[in-house]
Amino acid sequence: MRILISALATTMLIAAVAPALAASTEADYKAAYAAAESANNEAGKLRNQWTTAVSALSAAKKAAEAGDFDKATAEAKKSEQLSKAAIFQTNEQKENWKQMEIR
Amino acid sequence: MMRSVLGSALGLVIAALTFGAVHTAVAADTTNPEADAKAFRKFFTDKFPKVKFDDFVNGPYSMDEGLYQQWKEKEEFPPYEFALDMGKELFAKPFKNGKTFADCFPNKGIGIRQNYPYFDEKQGKVVTLELAINQCLESNGEKPYSYTKDEMAAVTAYMAFTSRGKPFDIKIPNDPRALAAYENGKKYFYTRRGQLNFSCASCHVQSPGERIRAEVLAPAIGILNAMPIYRSEWGGMGTISRRFTSCNSQVRGVPLNPQDDEYRDVEYYLSYVSNGLPISGPGARP
Ligand code: HEC
Repeated sequence: MRILISALATTMLIAAVAPALAASTEADYKAAYAAAESANNEAGKLRNQWTTAVSALSAAKKAAEAGDFDKATAEAKKSEQLSKAAIFQTNEQKENWKQMEIR
Repeated sequence: MMRSVLGSALGLVIAALTFGAVHTAVAADTTNPEADAKAFRKFFTDKFPKVKFDDFVNGPYSMDEGLYQQWKEKEEFPPYEFALDMGKELFAKPFKNGKTFADCFPNKGIGIRQNYPYFDEKQGKVVTLELAINQCLESNGEKPYSYTKDEMAAVTAYMAFTSRGKPFDIKIPNDPRALAAYENGKKYFYTRRGQLNFSCASCHVQSPGERIRAEVLAPAIGILNAMPIYRSEWGGMGTISRRFTSCNSQVRGVPLNPQDDEYRDVEYYLSYVSNGLPISGPGARP
């Protein structure tokens, strides 16, 4: 377990979602959503979507439907970051999975 | 320990992975399943010197004496009994064309669980028992079962039951595609995924015997021998497909579709490295 903890500690960095300084518009949301969706699709192609990225994406959509574009934009950005982390993880693990192998 | 790791990981709202490239020299690769299986077995017998080898098939029950006692008591009135009855009935029930499952399998499907999954050279892929059951249904004009629901659990339970005590006998034929499938399964097993950044091995190799929420983690060796299993938490039976998808969700990863390549291949890998351990399914879990 030690190994795990340190692995988690060294490999995960908590990135706070930057609070939106200015109010977001529908256009901001649409751009953020498109970017998040495309990152999510890429993670899907890599067979490594994160459930949290997917749920942030639907939270974004819901908020937009309710007209809350601040929240919608923030959720979409969060989703994009999570998917990017998933993509990063997949690429990093391409070779590094061997470190855990019993041999 | 497990709990605290999970707790803190769960607390992450957003986790960006910044990998300061961890460079560990990894020895040149040549796939050698036989050597893998030997090392696998040694790892677990060294880690748990008190566990009798055949007991590894009892998953969490092998890890804890209190649980082991519970398991013995459970086996007297096993909660999977109804699934066995249903499985036996489905197994014998003729399809619309008059054939039955027995017509699809070697030895009429009795006592053969230990030979699955196998690499099918005609199809060029790993065939699990669950897949073979659905292929049987479809080739006889029947609707396939859901991979995660009761009928599949029942038929696999019955087929496992008729094979109890027979050691896993998984073969890797001399076909580069079979070796590639094995290697792919191994890779899937050790690859970290999901927001929690866990591989199957994080839980079932590094932490067997530890508790995660209320559950004791099963060791990876013999981890499929008792499948399918009854779980109180599910309030019913679960197939291998169901178990794999829920293990993926636990690390906040979106599960693949049941019987996708990765899942069949990881089943192939895990079954191969458990060769020699007896089938004990169906199983019951707390
Ligand atoms: C976060 C930890 C975790 C990860 C990662 C994980 N599992 Fe599990 N797994 C569990 C828990 C908890 C159970 C239920 C308790 C037990 O039996 O181990 C379980 C049970 C199982 C079982 C049934 C064992 C039994 O005897 O009841 C199988 C098979 C299994 N896991 C396979 C896998 C595979 C394959 C992977 C990788 C795709 C995986 N698990 C990843 C936590 C995990």
